[in-house]
Amino acid sequence: MYREDNTRQKAFTRRALILGGAQVGLLGLIVGRMYQLQVLESHRYRMLADENRINMRLLPPPRGRIVDRFGVPMAVNRENYRALLIAEQAPDVERTLDTLAALIPLGEHDRRRILREISRRRSFFPVTVRENLDWREVSRIEVRAPDLPGIVIDVGQSREYPLGDRGAHLLGYVAAVSEREQGDDPLLQLPGFRIGKSGVERSYDLKLRGKAGSSQLEVNALGRVIRELDRQEGEPGQDLRLTVDLALQNFAIDKLQDMRSAAAVVMDVRSGEVLALASVPGFDPNAFNVGLTHAEWQAIVRDPHAPLSNKAVSGQYAPGSTFKMMVALAALESGAMTPDTRVFCRGYTELGNARFHCWKRGGHGWQDMRGAIQHSCDVYFYETAKRAGIDRIAEMARRFGFGAETGIDLPAERAGLIPTRAWKKAATGVAWQKGETLVAGIGQGFVLATPLQLAVMAARIANGKVKVTPHLVKAAPAEGAGGKVAAAPAGGFAPLGVSAEALDVVIDGMNAVTNDRRGTAYRARITEEGWEMAGKTGTSQVRRITKHERETRVLKNEERPWKERDHALFVAFAPVAAPRYAVAVVVEHGGGGSAVAAPIARDILREALKRDPAGAVAGGKPAARPAEREA
Amino acid sequence: MLYSAANGAWEPWASRQAMRFGIGIALMVAIALTDIRLWMRYSYALYFLVLGLLVGVEVIGEIGMGAQRWINLGVIQLQPSEIMKITLVLALARYFHGATLEDIGRPSSLIFPLLLVAAPVVLVLRQPDLGTAIMLGLTAGAIFFLAGVRAWKFGLVAAAVLGAMPVAWSVLHGYQKRRILTFLDPGSDPLGAGYHILQSKIALGSGGVLGKGFLRGSQSHLNFLPEKQTDFIFTMLAEEFGMAGGLTLLGLYTLVLVFGFAIALRVRNQYGRLLALGVTATFFVYVFINIAMVMGLLPVVGVPLPLISYGGTAMLSILIGFGFLMSAYVHRDVRISRHGTSEDD
Repeated sequence: MYREDNTRQKAFTRRALILGGAQVGLLGLIVGRMYQLQVLESHRYRMLADENRINMRLLPPPRGRIVDRFGVPMAVNRENYRALLIAEQAPDVERTLDTLAALIPLGEHDRRRILREISRRRSFFPVTVRENLDWREVSRIEVRAPDLPGIVIDVGQSREYPLGDRGAHLLGYVAAVSEREQGDDPLLQLPGFRIGKSGVERSYDLKLRGKAGSSQLEVNALGRVIRELDRQEGEPGQDLRLTVDLALQNFAIDKLQDMRSAAAVVMDVRSGEVLALASVPGFDPNAFNVGLTHAEWQAIVRDPHAPLSNKAVSGQYAPGSTFKMMVALAALESGAMTPDTRVFCRGYTELGNARFHCWKRGGHGWQDMRGAIQHSCDVYFYETAKRAGIDRIAEMARRFGFGAETGIDLPAERAGLIPTRAWKKAATGVAWQKGETLVAGIGQGFVLATPLQLAVMAARIANGKVKVTPHLVKAAPAEGAGGKVAAAPAGGFAPLGVSAEALDVVIDGMNAVTNDRRGTAYRARITEEGWEMAGKTGTSQVRRITKHERETRVLKNEERPWKERDHALFVAFAPVAAPRYAVAVVVEHGGGGSAVAAPIARDILREALKRDPAGAVAGGKPAARPAEREA
Repeated sequence: MLYSAANGAWEPWASRQAMRFGIGIALMVAIALTDIRLWMRYSYALYFLVLGLLVGVEVIGEIGMGAQRWINLGVIQLQPSEIMKITLVLALARYFHGATLEDIGRPSSLIFPLLLVAAPVVLVLRQPDLGTAIMLGLTAGAIFFLAGVRAWKFGLVAAAVLGAMPVAWSVLHGYQKRRILTFLDPGSDPLGAGYHILQSKIALGSGGVLGKGFLRGSQSHLNFLPEKQTDFIFTMLAEEFGMAGGLTLLGLYTLVLVFGFAIALRVRNQYGRLLALGVTATFFVYVFINIAMVMGLLPVVGVPLPLISYGGTAMLSILIGFGFLMSAYVHRDVRISRHGTSEDD
């Protein structure tokens, strides 16, 4: 019995040791695994643990305001009261919504969206029920709060443009970030975050945007916030002060409002400050912020008057007769002509087989340069252009700002076009034709300019010394303005390099346009003594006048469809004696420059002189203005 | 640890567990002091009593965590499957005590003990509780092995188990299949079924060598860790106390195992020896499966960590098991005949 038990014990002991060995082996496996996880790969897992635990939440900074030169707000942030629904706190979401629908309008469509969002998100995540609640709605909800479990009122900020469509092109608008615009700034990822899409809102977006603050939240596995670990306040967007005088801007828009499609620019001829930049028709930037319906969007896009386009900087037009100053200066400065060179106008001139007409069928007779500007004689400038040559004209035009972007701090600026022989060869492969020089001499053919470029030209003629460059923001920031900052501050402009004598001839001619009884825009003169303006009309053809028409009768503008009517242009500056303000007006398909554009330009210029926003007309002391703090 | 699992509070786990621990210790001492021959005599009776409870669970048991495991005995709720781990050891030790090596060599003699194992395994599987079933199987295997069953027979059983795998697969519940698939490729679905393992590994790994400190385990306290008071408690410990803490616990466990072996080798009756190592083996299987599971070495099966995890019956059965272990030691010199009669010196 005992022997047997002994053998059993031996077997037991042997096997117990084997079992023990196996157990030691398995424990070793565990220790090895522990070493692998906790020592070798610990770093990786620690990172994963923090990712699990810490949730960064961005705190969007308030966007900077935009004010005019006197501090009048043009773009502000409005408190946007929103009703949010936290499903977790509502025992019966449907019933809460029913109660709410009795207090504020809540369509079937909204309801479906809300329920869909609730089903997709975690139950403690607030869902927007409605935005832009007014005070009455907010108070109605607050009063009934006990009956509305889960509903919370929250204040966000939304952009508002008090000017509505009057500042749309200048200011631009903000809207949600598109896929393409996603960049390094984490703010752009924030749902509902809006950035500047056009106008000043876009060119100064970074400055207006500010820097995001952040809040580090500890969250649990469900995403519920346990506590805030760290909070960094962001940097609110900086306010932007424009050079624009809001009252003048409004005035200009009012003046253009009757035109279907037009643009006007008012500039300070010394500083380059843009005082008004108007383009009609406009659009409501507030609507863009809230979001447009498909139909509204289609209506805007399909409008033949292109409300989205800022015609002041993006519209390119043949400058017509307003270009004649460039031709005159090119001829004078190159010595091809003198101010007294006389040309006989019999209503047309001929080059080879082609006949080039003057706008006046009977002709102007003998003209010198001043007279030719005053009467806008085409034949005289055909001859002037022929003698100066296209390349000299182009060189002069470029000095006055044509053919290149002016560098104004607005997006979507177009460069216009100043043709040269080399350009034509490169662009079309065909050599320059002599007749094309003649056509360019009256600002037609290939020549294209924006209203802003026309205003710059007028300002540089008036200034006479330097190449004033337009800008829209006062005390342009050194950095962070999207790269489109006016290059030179006042006084730092490059010299124009045109002789005073030649400029005097041109200015005399322009003065005669408005102030000589026989000038083309005499009826649109400024009568106030000391404020007299000098200007130049322009009427640019949109289509070719056929030979047949010439032989029978040229159709009057009113008889043609809108799209085929001439563009009416006018450039001017005032006061003639000591110029301060320059203006350019382009009315698309408006008809004659003298009849349509000149009176508008005159009114705007007179208003500018009256308001005198830059405060230095005729050496008078600066008018006292409450918000004007700059010397 | 349970204190930490409740985010630094005694309720709901730590206090109740402490109370149960007191009861368990009392039971353990009582069992240790009772004559081992008495236990031997009632081995089968106890086994069949618990087997009866298991059947009872099948009929009237309460459902917790999607599985029928508990039985309500008025005052306390019992998990008979946990107690079965110990009573099975008792019954098998009893049987092999009465069998000579020659007996064991005959395949026919193995039929009865195999039935003893199969009955509770099948019942537990029906609950369903794969973890306990595996534990019962492994523990029984260890006792068979210690009793001297030939190695090739184990090979046969292993082959049979492998052969039965496809069949078993079709019987497994969806969640069990998912757990096994997840184990094979935890990254496949990090937010779904693989979530537990991944989060557990993150918690372990982020603990590093020295841990994040008591009550500072971000994974556990922010609920990234599932079942942190029961099956995944080792993860929390290793997160808060790091590898150092984990190794310390393992060291303590190893100490228990060493004692178990030491006792088993000194006991002079086969029943006591088998009982001692059976209990030790059960304990080891608990520890190994649980820790290997939270480390991603084994699929997730519901096995608690002995003496640490929350859960009354599991702790009770471990302490009862220790009671028997001690009883075997206390009565190590008692010689018992093959038929259970005393043969005092």
